[in-house]
Amino acid sequence: MSLLEVQAVSKAFGGIQALSNCSITVEQGTITGLIGPNGSGKTTLFNVITGYEKVDAGTVRLHGQSIINATPDKVFSLGIGRTFQLTRVFPRLTVLENMHIAARRERMKALFSRWSSTLEQQQALELLDFVKLFPYKDAPAGNLSYGQKKLLEFALILVAQPQLILLDEPAGGVNPTMVNQLADLIGTLNEQKNITFLVVEHNMEFVMGLCDTVNVLHRGSTIAEGTPAMVRKNPAVLDAYLGA
Amino acid sequence: MKPALLSQLRRPLALVALVVFVGIFPVVIAPNDTYNTIAVFTLIGAIAVVGWNIFSGYTGYISLGHSVFYGFGAYTFGLASLHWHIPGGWEPFLFLPLAGLVAGAFAFPLGWIALRTRRHTFIVISIAWVFIFQLLAYNMRGITGGSSGVLMPLTPWVAPYANLPFYYIAFAMLLVAVFVSWWIRHSKFGLGLLAIRDDEDRALGLGVKTASFKLTAYVLSAFFVGMAGAIFSYYIGSVYPELGFNPAVDITIAIMGFLGGLGTVAGPLVGALFVTPFQQWLGLQFGGQGLDLVIYGALFLAILLLLPRGIVPSLQDWWRTWRTARQARLADRARAARQEQPAVLAERRGDG
Repeated sequence: MSLLEVQAVSKAFGGIQALSNCSITVEQGTITGLIGPNGSGKTTLFNVITGYEKVDAGTVRLHGQSIINATPDKVFSLGIGRTFQLTRVFPRLTVLENMHIAARRERMKALFSRWSSTLEQQQALELLDFVKLFPYKDAPAGNLSYGQKKLLEFALILVAQPQLILLDEPAGGVNPTMVNQLADLIGTLNEQKNITFLVVEHNMEFVMGLCDTVNVLHRGSTIAEGTPAMVRKNPAVLDAYLGA
Repeated sequence: MKPALLSQLRRPLALVALVVFVGIFPVVIAPNDTYNTIAVFTLIGAIAVVGWNIFSGYTGYISLGHSVFYGFGAYTFGLASLHWHIPGGWEPFLFLPLAGLVAGAFAFPLGWIALRTRRHTFIVISIAWVFIFQLLAYNMRGITGGSSGVLMPLTPWVAPYANLPFYYIAFAMLLVAVFVSWWIRHSKFGLGLLAIRDDEDRALGLGVKTASFKLTAYVLSAFFVGMAGAIFSYYIGSVYPELGFNPAVDITIAIMGFLGGLGTVAGPLVGALFVTPFQQWLGLQFGGQGLDLVIYGALFLAILLLLPRGIVPSLQDWWRTWRTARQARLADRARAARQEQPAVLAERRGDG
């Protein structure tokens, strides 16, 4: 069974059909790419999967179970984490505090316990070390550079140990050195912790180098799916990008 | 070991000193009715703003309508004393928790409705509550006594000591409120509230149950504001619609919060300490012409423009900058010293 199945999803905003009959499948343990021209519906698809948008038609299944009506917090607790195209960390909280928001607690403990337990603290610091943000742990997250914020946003999801992470343009606006660092991080997590990734990205080099499978979205529908090499040669993809 | 212990104890010691100071203030430091009156108002204002901050400060949802809870608390207190024929004195103070609970109970539906909106819309709805309930208080004469309001039980205490019971009860309530606020600030719940302040949708996407967190904070803050309203009306001697559901109280609370620093534990206390005495003084000087309210509005504007983050966060920033600069200086000096050393050693070797 596939980890994530999006089947025939449609979503319109007023007269604009953002997704029409869109289907993609993400297999367990893969790094799956999602590319497409601007406005092709990639971010909308992310919003649909993570519960930020309701669909007009279609289903989304995680491990075969429908998550179509789940709220964002529910989707997150089922094991899907995501980052945003415009990085969203909590600017007035410290880096370490940011790392604790996603930590899970039992019902009543969420209200009455301290913000950080020893174990959580240790885990948070290890993850910060992993993304090389340890020296900034006590700084307000708003003071980090753009690339560092991307790393933090990435790390703070890992706290909850998700099975699937959706990355919305992780390499966008980041300097080349950090792009490589990010690609390494994703690769390591995929291999060592068996985390599955679905990545939206415009940087083709990044996508082609990292992903096992690539889905191409155009005007809200999937027009191609396959290995990077196959997709690159697909005439429909070339048409979509070159506007034939 | 010893200096470490000392620096560890510095904060608790400072706290104890502060509590002792406030504790002996009305008897030893300012045994004077005018000062004591201002002190009682300051403490009551502090309870209200500490409570308000639990919701508005931590979540960033600015409520300009918490005076409804002030009113609910005041009316609950007055009506309970009236209908159960409680004589003035210490016993009515037992109704303070009840006043808080009733305010909290009303906060449930009000919050449930208002918290479906955000930012400006939320502020407008919060203000609407005040006028809706003020109007209801005027018109539901059977319960509220209409425009003449409800008289509080008459206290038996006389001149030099009349303020002291109010002072100490308010002080005790303030300690509880500050403790709860401090606890929340350091809890998982509080971290969730602060996350909501910074980016609510993102927090939701990270598993924070934003709706129930906001409502819980709203109800908790209403509890403390309700108790503040109750003790205030008991002190004043009555409650009537304009006093209970009073937009000026909302402005005052917001000014105290913004001036001291939203979302900090100490900020509201600092704000209340500055604003209430100033407000009393303004009232004495310009109250006759109603100019005090004009000055008040101008003050609110000035604070929002010049000190949007408040006194406490600004001071914390200065302190942090100063400390970092000092550490950097020390590190530089140490590095310089280390660089000199090899040269000295080399010289010595040469000598030998």
